Amino acid sequence: MMGFENQGFEEAQLYASREEMESLVLDDDGDNINGDNDPSSRSNGGANGDGSQHHHPLSPSLPFAEISTTDDDDPLLSSSSRHQNPNSFNSLLEPPSYADAVFRSFDGDRGKQINGHGVSSTSSPSSSSDYLKISVTDPQKEQDLNNSLVPGGNTFVTYLITTWTNLPEFNGTEFTVRRRFKDVVTLSDRLADSYRGYFIPLRPDKSVVESQVMQKQEFVEQRRMALEKYLRKLAAHPVIRRSEELRAFLHVQGKLPLMKTTDVASRMLDGAVKLPKQLFGESVVSAAVDPNDVSQPAKGGRDLLRIFKELRQSVTNDWGSTKPPVVEEDKEFLEKKNKLQDFEQELSNVSQQAESLVKAQQDIGETLGQLGLAFVKLTKFESEEAMFNSQKVRAADMKNVATSAVKASRLYRELNAQTVRHLDKLHEYLGVMLTVNNAYADRSNALLTVQTLLSELSNLNFRIEKLEAAASKIFGGDRSRVRKIEELKETMRVTDEAKNRAVREYERIKENNKNELERLDKERHDDFFGMLKGFVANQAGYAEKMASVWETVANETSGYAKGS
Amino acid sequence: MFKLRSSKKHFRRESTPPNQASFAHLYISDKSNRPDPREISSVYRSSSALKQRFFTLHTFIKFRPNLYTRHPIPAKIMITTQRSPTGGGGLQSPRSPSSQPPFLSVSVTDPAKMGNGVQAYISYKVITKTNLPEYQGSEKIVIRRYTDFVWLRDRLFEKYKGIFIPPLPEKSTVEKFRFSAEFIEMRRQALDTFVNRIALHHELQQSEDLRTFLEADEQTMERARSQDTGILKKKPYDLMQIFRGVQSKVTDVVLGKEKPVEESNPEYEKFKKYIFELEDHLAEAQKHAYRLVKRHRELGQSLADFGKAIKLLGACEGDALGTAFSELGAKSEMLSIKLQREAHHLLMNFEEPLKDYVRAVQSIKGTIAERANAFRQQCELAETIKLKEIDLNKMRLIRSEKLFDAEHEYEELKANGQEATRRFETIVRLMNDEIVHFQEQKTQDMGRAFHEFAKGQARLANAIADAWRSLLPKLDSLSVS
Repeated sequence: MMGFENQGFEEAQLYASREEMESLVLDDDGDNINGDNDPSSRSNGGANGDGSQHHHPLSPSLPFAEISTTDDDDPLLSSSSRHQNPNSFNSLLEPPSYADAVFRSFDGDRGKQINGHGVSSTSSPSSSSDYLKISVTDPQKEQDLNNSLVPGGNTFVTYLITTWTNLPEFNGTEFTVRRRFKDVVTLSDRLADSYRGYFIPLRPDKSVVESQVMQKQEFVEQRRMALEKYLRKLAAHPVIRRSEELRAFLHVQGKLPLMKTTDVASRMLDGAVKLPKQLFGESVVSAAVDPNDVSQPAKGGRDLLRIFKELRQSVTNDWGSTKPPVVEEDKEFLEKKNKLQDFEQELSNVSQQAESLVKAQQDIGETLGQLGLAFVKLTKFESEEAMFNSQKVRAADMKNVATSAVKASRLYRELNAQTVRHLDKLHEYLGVMLTVNNAYADRSNALLTVQTLLSELSNLNFRIEKLEAAASKIFGGDRSRVRKIEELKETMRVTDEAKNRAVREYERIKENNKNELERLDKERHDDFFGMLKGFVANQAGYAEKMASVWETVANETSGYAKGS
Repeated sequence: MFKLRSSKKHFRRESTPPNQASFAHLYISDKSNRPDPREISSVYRSSSALKQRFFTLHTFIKFRPNLYTRHPIPAKIMITTQRSPTGGGGLQSPRSPSSQPPFLSVSVTDPAKMGNGVQAYISYKVITKTNLPEYQGSEKIVIRRYTDFVWLRDRLFEKYKGIFIPPLPEKSTVEKFRFSAEFIEMRRQALDTFVNRIALHHELQQSEDLRTFLEADEQTMERARSQDTGILKKKPYDLMQIFRGVQSKVTDVVLGKEKPVEESNPEYEKFKKYIFELEDHLAEAQKHAYRLVKRHRELGQSLADFGKAIKLLGACEGDALGTAFSELGAKSEMLSIKLQREAHHLLMNFEEPLKDYVRAVQSIKGTIAERANAFRQQCELAETIKLKEIDLNKMRLIRSEKLFDAEHEYEELKANGQEATRRFETIVRLMNDEIVHFQEQKTQDMGRAFHEFAKGQARLANAIADAWRSLLPKLDSLSVS
């Protein structure tokens, strides 16, 4: 509570000083945060949440009020000194014109960059006038009357999902549905099936453990935020935002119309039904793969025989004893894949270092605050006990230092919130890398299917040749063999068709991969430059503020300087 | 009762007869310029060896006021030239314009590791420059080690009761850091400050021991030091006694007295309370200051690691983004060095002065303990005299033949009592001056520390701001390319 109040105060101070000083960067930045995301994310966002938590160790401005007699003047004082100091101080260090130039350009570009950044991350880069905004609110507990399979756990939570859009596919501009987490799972599975090769944003975890361990309320809120984030990411994907699946999920009232493809029970059932047919082959034809199926990933587990075969194929591939008929020949792709793997590695390293940087920044801010408070106490003590004028002088000096230390501590805290906000992109991209890996997995699975079908074909071919050779030895033909050959040929035809479909599917996935990679490169370029600029601009801006805070003290105490 | 006390005194003094004798000699000869018959007679009158020693001590203390005014002019000049804020400018006028103003400046330099293993220690070059006539020459270089400084501090503490002896840096530290460059440099700086504070102190600067410390060759110094080890070894016990007397307001159990032997001066009570609380507050601030130094180092380290990682990420990216990343990484690494440097500056110019402040307060506590001691002695003697007086009156009534001896004893006691009172009063008087000086000095010291702190933080923040700001145009041009 205190934290938020304090933050509010800080902002008020920022805005107040903005009026006086147009060139002050940080105030503009504060403005941009609000403009960038919609209002709810401001209070919910991880960065801001963190910031408010870190208030607590330093109880905010209260201790000040006790000792600081000029508290009311403070904002004025500091802003006016800010106004003067950067220029006057810089003029000592470097030509003022240079400093000014840097300052201005930095300011101007910030707005541009933030806007560009906002566009690329929250809406389609192609048409920025289109919008698809989603919010997840109002979690409600409901009784599950139908599901008797899971005893006990027959309550679930539904969330109100509100959509605002001007996309023509949607009939209307605003609508709400209620969905439960299971529906989101269905959506994500359907998307994974339908959009193989795309970089599909990752669905939030089922988090079975957390749901048991965490406070119910807390868990639901966390899930709500995660769902909102997930749906927004889906809405930002140029292809998926226009998908039927997403539209149905967002738009159709009542029960989710999507087929549950990954329901464990039904999956097992599917497989079990097919199993005997395939394994024992009542008819040889039916042993052939259903051409429609090959465009689906085998890993879904509906087709156990196929899984079995593909597994063998992958083992054969690994051993390298027989070269599979079709190998990944796309050199450029392989290169890119390797590069992305390296990138992922370095990215995870950077994100780790970024975390420790944030931690160190938080620590230094906190310690500065504690130092400030220690001096506040000392100041109070000295002024109460003062017997000599020298003690009063010292107490006054101390108060300045204490005030500045606490100010600097708050600046560090703000800076840290901004740093978290910007460097969070790193974490986000770690997630993106997972989706890339998924898309690559789609691709290699599709390739495996093609390979399996090809070796199946050559197998069939070999059998046919053998049978034909055997049949040709018997004059007049061997009826049963001829019939067998006919059957095999039919199987081969079906398999061949399946292979062709599999190849097409593979090609499609390849194409999707390629397009997505291009999109990723472009977005990453924008996002990372946005991140870098945001990070750097905030570091610079807050450092400037801190410098001016300390310069004031340094000037006030310059009488004590050595040699003076 | 008197016997008990004097034997205690005896116990404490016993280990130092040679020095004590030599100093007694010094002061007596010094006194010959301005003879004070009563004093001399009191020395000559005492017969037993024990009493001789006891009185020697008293004589020494009593003569000190004279000693201080021996060179009144240089002392005052020292104030005006060296302690600028305290000394009034007006004091300079009586000084004869003929010669250059007196000065005594010392520098502690060139720490060097001597010996090996457990025996290893650091020696320092102590360079003295002066024009004081007491000194052999205008410049003298001696080699001293930490224990020599301790010797000087202890000698001064014994002799100049009531004066706040400048504090020494802490003795022991974690073995691992004992020979680290940073620790050695911090200690050197603190030792330099220590000696110079003594050299600038209008009374301490005239100490014979300071002269010995600054001028004696290494062998003499070592001899002096080892002769005093008796005192030094007993010191912890002594101090504990004293502190117990000060901190807990217990009655003097040894003498079976019931009323507390504590001063009941409210102003002084307030001062004592102030000093004790001040130590806590300062220790708290110092703790955070030290942590802040650590935090600077940690942030520096994180920034360096972050920079390295970002550069590697840049290497993966190639093209403009890669360049941007490696530029950011380079800047991070550069700033990391700045942070480390600032951490060092902070340690030397902010944390260390705070620690010095804490040590000074602790030194004052030592003086407070001495004052309590002196007060107690005074009270005890007064009590004894009162008892003796009653005895004496009894004897007069019965016309005892021991009356003559008893009267003699009574006279001695009375003299002792006056001694004790004077001793105590001297401490009080000196302390009153010292407190003023202490507060003024600390305002200066802290002001400088605050200035250095603020300047350092501003310098760091500006370096950070400049570094990042200079990166922004590059990022802009890279992002469009």
